[in-house]
Amino acid sequence: MFTTYLFYFLCILAIYAALMVLVSRKPIHSVLYLVLVFFAIAGHYILLNAQFLAVVHIIVYAGAIMVLFLFTVMLLNLNREETSPKAGWVKVSAIVAGGLLMLVMIGVFRGYEMAVTSNPALTQIGLVKNLGRILFDDYIIPFELSSVLFLTAMIGAVMLGKKEQIKKTYD
Amino acid sequence: MTETLMVIPILHYLTFCSVLFGIGVIGVLVKRNALVILMSIELMINSINLLLAAFSTYLNDPAGQIFVFFIMVVAAAEVAVGLAIIVLIFRTTHTIDIDVLNKLKW
Repeated sequence: MFTTYLFYFLCILAIYAALMVLVSRKPIHSVLYLVLVFFAIAGHYILLNAQFLAVVHIIVYAGAIMVLFLFTVMLLNLNREETSPKAGWVKVSAIVAGGLLMLVMIGVFRGYEMAVTSNPALTQIGLVKNLGRILFDDYIIPFELSSVLFLTAMIGAVMLGKKEQIKKTYD
Repeated sequence: MTETLMVIPILHYLTFCSVLFGIGVIGVLVKRNALVILMSIELMINSINLLLAAFSTYLNDPAGQIFVFFIMVVAAAEVAVGLAIIVLIFRTTHTIDIDVLNKLKW
């Protein structure tokens, strides 16, 4: 019963924070609300007994990605309010389009029921021991490939961030 | 049967993730700040991740959680490169307003 209440609390918290990401005028407030969304989703992972994912989610998203966002906002001094908001009809049509997509997805899933084969409170699949074994047994090639992807992304980010090269290209 | 009654229905996860995904879509369409658009994309990725983890747990199949792990890896790489591109755009044009960035439009 307690977990049910916790589930709905986390749902409301995540949706509220996600809406505040959009409503906030300043980018830094959006970033901080997004951190709140990520913590709510980490709570959902814990409710699903996916402990490995919960920890990785907090470390990678709240720890690394959001710090990158915060650095970008602060270093570039981007924390200005949006100067010229989009035209009213663009905003309204965007909200209508997004809302319709949301409604269509909820409508498609409505009435869907699935035979639950495991109790989330007792399942062991989300634990580090089990996931680690599967990751290094069956998914070892994707794991190694993802390390190559990381190296490529790192080199790409460093190359893009180099200052001299930019000046030479655009002067 | 009495045990499954205690479980939160998968439908609630589906609805919650649909709402979160829709908010992300609206964010991409409404916002002009490229940084906030990137954040909305993160929101969508997270809603999908949560749904994968929920189905993985409910079907007792660890493959879903491995997939979430790989999606997180790709998302981290994507954010690193995306933010580098945003910094680059800001350095050359002194704005990250996407309506100004229409040089490649025609």
